Amino acid sequence: MSSKRTGRSSFVERTLVDINATLEQSLFAEQTARLPGLLQELDPRLKILSALLVLLAVGVSRNLLVILVLYFLVLALALFSRVPLAFFVKRVWLFIPFFTGVVALPALFITPGPVLVHLPLGLIITKTGLTTALFLLLRVGTSVSVAVLLILTTPWNSVLKSMGVLRLPPVIILILGMTYRYIHLLLHLTNDMFLSRKSRLLRRMRGPEERRLIAATSGTLLNKSLQVSSEVHLAMQSRGFRNYPRTMDTFKMRTIDWLSGAVVIITVATAIWLGK
Amino acid sequence: MSQIKSALNSLTRGTPRSLMLYYGIFAIWLLTSAMHIPDGYLSPVTSIIMFIIVLPFWVMGVRKLREKMTAKNVPLIALIAAFSFVIMMFNVPIPGGTTAHAVGGALAAIIMGPEIATMAVLIALVIQAFFFGDGGILALGANCFNMAVVLPYVSYAIYQAISKNQPLISKRRIFGAALGGWIGLTVAAFFAGFEFGIQPMLFHTANGTPLYAPYPLSVSIPAMVFAHALVASPIEALITALVVAYLQRTNQSALEFVKKPEISPELSGFVRWRALWIGLAVLIVLVPIGLLAPGTAWGEWGTEQLSSRGLAFIPQGMAKLSGLWSAPLSGYDLPALRNSNLGYILSGIVGTIVIGIVAWLFTMLVTIRKSETKET
Repeated sequence: MSSKRTGRSSFVERTLVDINATLEQSLFAEQTARLPGLLQELDPRLKILSALLVLLAVGVSRNLLVILVLYFLVLALALFSRVPLAFFVKRVWLFIPFFTGVVALPALFITPGPVLVHLPLGLIITKTGLTTALFLLLRVGTSVSVAVLLILTTPWNSVLKSMGVLRLPPVIILILGMTYRYIHLLLHLTNDMFLSRKSRLLRRMRGPEERRLIAATSGTLLNKSLQVSSEVHLAMQSRGFRNYPRTMDTFKMRTIDWLSGAVVIITVATAIWLGK
Repeated sequence: MSQIKSALNSLTRGTPRSLMLYYGIFAIWLLTSAMHIPDGYLSPVTSIIMFIIVLPFWVMGVRKLREKMTAKNVPLIALIAAFSFVIMMFNVPIPGGTTAHAVGGALAAIIMGPEIATMAVLIALVIQAFFFGDGGILALGANCFNMAVVLPYVSYAIYQAISKNQPLISKRRIFGAALGGWIGLTVAAFFAGFEFGIQPMLFHTANGTPLYAPYPLSVSIPAMVFAHALVASPIEALITALVVAYLQRTNQSALEFVKKPEISPELSGFVRWRALWIGLAVLIVLVPIGLLAPGTAWGEWGTEQLSSRGLAFIPQGMAKLSGLWSAPLSGYDLPALRNSNLGYILSGIVGTIVIGIVAWLFTMLVTIRKSETKET
């Protein structure tokens, strides 16, 4: 999202681009989550717990190779789940440089240790620096891949419902679901507000004008949120909401789920043991 | 002049060039990330500890939700969380032509109170972590602590300290919102820097290679704090203040929002308690009358006078401004009495009033303290 910082486009355009990218992303995720693939077939509760276990294995590993192998396993899973591989790799690694590459890069030079390479400008890459930077990059890359793969193969509603296995209070899960739904509404509203403003613009706005616009948009959005919330409340009441959410639990663990769970546990245990 | 120059030179020579490069790049990175720590920066042990630290705040938030769990709060929190999420996507134009993102935690706290703001920002963070890969899943505890606990509580305390009891259209509210947003996010950045900084100390391989975030406290804290204090926090301050100013013009009731659900039970308690005191005051007035009745003063004292005086001043005096009321009255009335019995009773009344005031002040202090500890 930060790559749009270049160029002289106004903040209205940049925000519009970001909003549309977000909407597009969630649409795309819902789409791939409905494809017939390996992970899409599995129980969402199993997938959430497995994702957490894999994240833990990636987190505790003190061996770069183990993390690398785990990353390739995730890639293989993505492949079998019909997630477009180029898209998957790009989505993870295009956005990591901004968040982590920049942080990992200086570590190459300033971590004390045996010298690996001399560079011009008196910079030195140390061996420890290289290792630590690789640790950071691989760990972050693999973790983000796990999270992205989970959401690309599981509809958001199923993720929410199965969050009950993490012992989240049902109220929170209910609110999470509503939030997700209203994020889309508010994004559309914001999109409309900015678009209508942009269509009336003849020149670049000045700084103070831009700030006034952003304040007015945020404030209107807040007012709208409060208004919609009372409307939703009335709607809930009229449909008989009685202060406690109820969900239908339709998930069933099948043989293939138990089998996959066993595979995940063995893999994670091996990874943790090898990465010690 | 040359001395200054040489001093400056020695200062810059002291710091490795790579370190200066690092600060520069780190500052740019912070602009783009709005402080969402990804998985991999913190060791799992740290992540678990952070979960344990934020757990009480979640319990508090959920309890607060249940406490006022009218069905109304469910969509309200959902909408505020959605709002917080969308606000995080706004590219806020800052002087100099660049843009950056705000968190929105300060604004949520000002409007809904810190406990519920914690839940709203937490929900936005969960959706970002799970759905958009923005911020880690294991790091959720740490991210929640920085952005959903430290930021709302600190900024709410500052906003309240500056704007408490101010009219809704007061300029101090805008100032309080801005200062709260600025300090809140800067303090949150300090904690994030601390979480980064302890990693290389605690988690490294045998030969000293850091396993997670590689920079020590001496680098990570100044980098996080300065970069945020100069760029990200002013944006949080700007958006919080701008929206508060906008609400002052268009929807003032939103600014009282936190008052309605939060202070009203306290207020109703106060009203009940005040009624009790008025009843007590009436009793106190009646008791001396009863003592007086078999005593002497019937001929000198008209009952109308007494009752009118008792009813006129004591209940109201107990209710409010009793200090101001009782002092001149006791000074005025006592010499005129010429009756030791009456004087004694009256001084008893005055004593009761004084004790009442002390008790009232004490209770006020305790309730203020209580609500303050809730806030901070």
